[in-house]
Amino acid sequence: MKLDPIAVSKATGFICATGAAFFLVASAGAPAQTSRSNAEAAKDARDAKEEKKDTNTDVHVLPVQGNVYMLVGGVGGNITVQAGDEGVLLVDTSVEALSDNVLKAIRSISTKPIRYIINTHVHADHVGGNAPIAKQGAMIEGGNMGQPYRGAAILAHENVLHRMSAPTGQQAPFPTEAWPTDTYFTKKKELFFNGEAILILHQPSAHTDGDSIVFFRRSDVLSAGDLFVTTTYPVIDLERGGTIQGVIAALNNILDIAIPKDKQEGGTYVIPGHGRLSDEADVLEYRDMLTIIRDRIQDLVKKGSTLDQVKAARPTLDYDGRYGATAGSWTTAKFIEAVYRNLAVKQSKSR
Amino acid sequence: MHRLGRMAIAGLTLAAAVSAILPARAQPPMNAAGYDLTGEWAPRFHEDQPERIPGPEIGDYLGLPINEAARLHADSWDASILTLPEHQCKPHPSDYAPRGPANLRIWKEIDAPSQQLIAYHTHISWQAPERTIWMDGRPHPPDYAAHTWQGFSTGRWEGDMLTMTTTHLKMGWIRRNGIPRSDKAIVTEHLVRHGDYLTWIVIIDDPVYLTEPFIRTTDFVFDPHQQIAPYPCQIVDEIDRPQGVVPHHLPGQNTFVLEFPARYGVPAEAARGGAETMYPEYQLKLKTMPPARSAGR
Repeated sequence: MKLDPIAVSKATGFICATGAAFFLVASAGAPAQTSRSNAEAAKDARDAKEEKKDTNTDVHVLPVQGNVYMLVGGVGGNITVQAGDEGVLLVDTSVEALSDNVLKAIRSISTKPIRYIINTHVHADHVGGNAPIAKQGAMIEGGNMGQPYRGAAILAHENVLHRMSAPTGQQAPFPTEAWPTDTYFTKKKELFFNGEAILILHQPSAHTDGDSIVFFRRSDVLSAGDLFVTTTYPVIDLERGGTIQGVIAALNNILDIAIPKDKQEGGTYVIPGHGRLSDEADVLEYRDMLTIIRDRIQDLVKKGSTLDQVKAARPTLDYDGRYGATAGSWTTAKFIEAVYRNLAVKQSKSR
Repeated sequence: MHRLGRMAIAGLTLAAAVSAILPARAQPPMNAAGYDLTGEWAPRFHEDQPERIPGPEIGDYLGLPINEAARLHADSWDASILTLPEHQCKPHPSDYAPRGPANLRIWKEIDAPSQQLIAYHTHISWQAPERTIWMDGRPHPPDYAAHTWQGFSTGRWEGDMLTMTTTHLKMGWIRRNGIPRSDKAIVTEHLVRHGDYLTWIVIIDDPVYLTEPFIRTTDFVFDPHQQIAPYPCQIVDEIDRPQGVVPHHLPGQNTFVLEFPARYGVPAEAARGGAETMYPEYQLKLKTMPPARSAGR
């Protein structure tokens, strides 16, 4: 049973105070539930959540639906695990530092071999564990294929391979063992694994230029990668081909696929790249927010506003309290700038 | 004997300190009988009827402790957004549900062998949301668990008053004209029964959109003849529009927000809401403000 540290320190103080001892004797056995103000109750709820905060290396398993689970780590992106008789399939592998704990978490779900890793995009917090985790896997080989794999197969859109590798003679950003072993360059790739169809759908020019969403058709779960997160504004990686229009289009595609069970809740579950397990209604709020912000900035761009003028207009004010940040790797200012640069370039090209 | 007296006191003190260390959760709430809330409850609309039934006016933010972010959200809100397919079948979240057409049923879930109370459940007529209030001391889920319209609620008795704490709510609304309630909110509620009358007190603590807790009450009367009808909802295409269009007003371009203060003679500044508009002393400030008609000229 977990001890309440505040109660422990209070109890210690009472023991030392002779005068308070009689009061304690009199109050021994009094009901533990007493009236509290609502603000105190709300603060207690928040403090309880704070107490449960994990260290950065903890990895938690959340069963989602059907064959699918979500792994949540303190750092790094969420991982999707699909497990069944044929083996284990992962969507993304988080950061390298979490790999041991990720493998432990996978083993708590299934002891079958890891056959596939699908990468939703190229960022290190989603592909960092590729090499150590794929090494522990075993793709099924044989026949005309021979034995091309050195562990699990790693699938991704070909732009992910382009960005992880480098031409001969140049230093690649990632080690060879982490590169995708199988790529696709069309709109989609299909798999059938553990009794269900799995659709890997390319979302062009979105978070990056190599984004995929993964839909587990029978389990009715969709892995969105960083196209949908519940923690921040979406990162628009301009250097790697990301655009705000692409992110919004991808969210609309997710809404097309997702079907809620009843009263806009449940049904298709969506695993975000970061944050909590979600469903269509959560993706809808995010899509609405980004569309509204895009429209506001677009209107300012049309009126000839500079970036500073756009920032001064505070086009994200009503969402900053929920998704904004003033510090860290992705701030509100960076988000506004990325959207502005996207839309300003589009505006100048259309003239 | 003097030494024995001191030792007895020390021993009792130690025992009391040990019991004080144990968290409150060690006392199972289910042991408390509380005051039975079960039954069919019909809503009463003598309080806030115009807002709850026909609906609030666009731009009426009176009496709400909202911040600038909430104002912008509401100023941008266009009711047409509810025609989007994904918005059509949303129920009221649990903090708003008692406000609407809210014929209510409450029932208990009892553990058969021990006859201990496990949970209360509610069903409300509009969009038929059902909610569980866990009374067995279980903890709230972790942050990464899914949020729902009804949230995750735990309850405890404070005398004859049921106090509930709800987390894990989806993004919702405080007033049906675009005033939002974020998914970071924690909602505290009290259910108080006086014979055949039930008062439902809802206190919303939202760090994103409110500057202080927002409190409102709703009343019900016991109605043993009540029969709540089902409430199916099917999505239809109400408006033919390109995919991805989200109806909203650009900042500063929603002229409808000016109509409410002008129609009712409310100073425009007052209609913008804020915590001070909740309190009676605001009437003294109102007397110093220009009336809405002159402000609009």
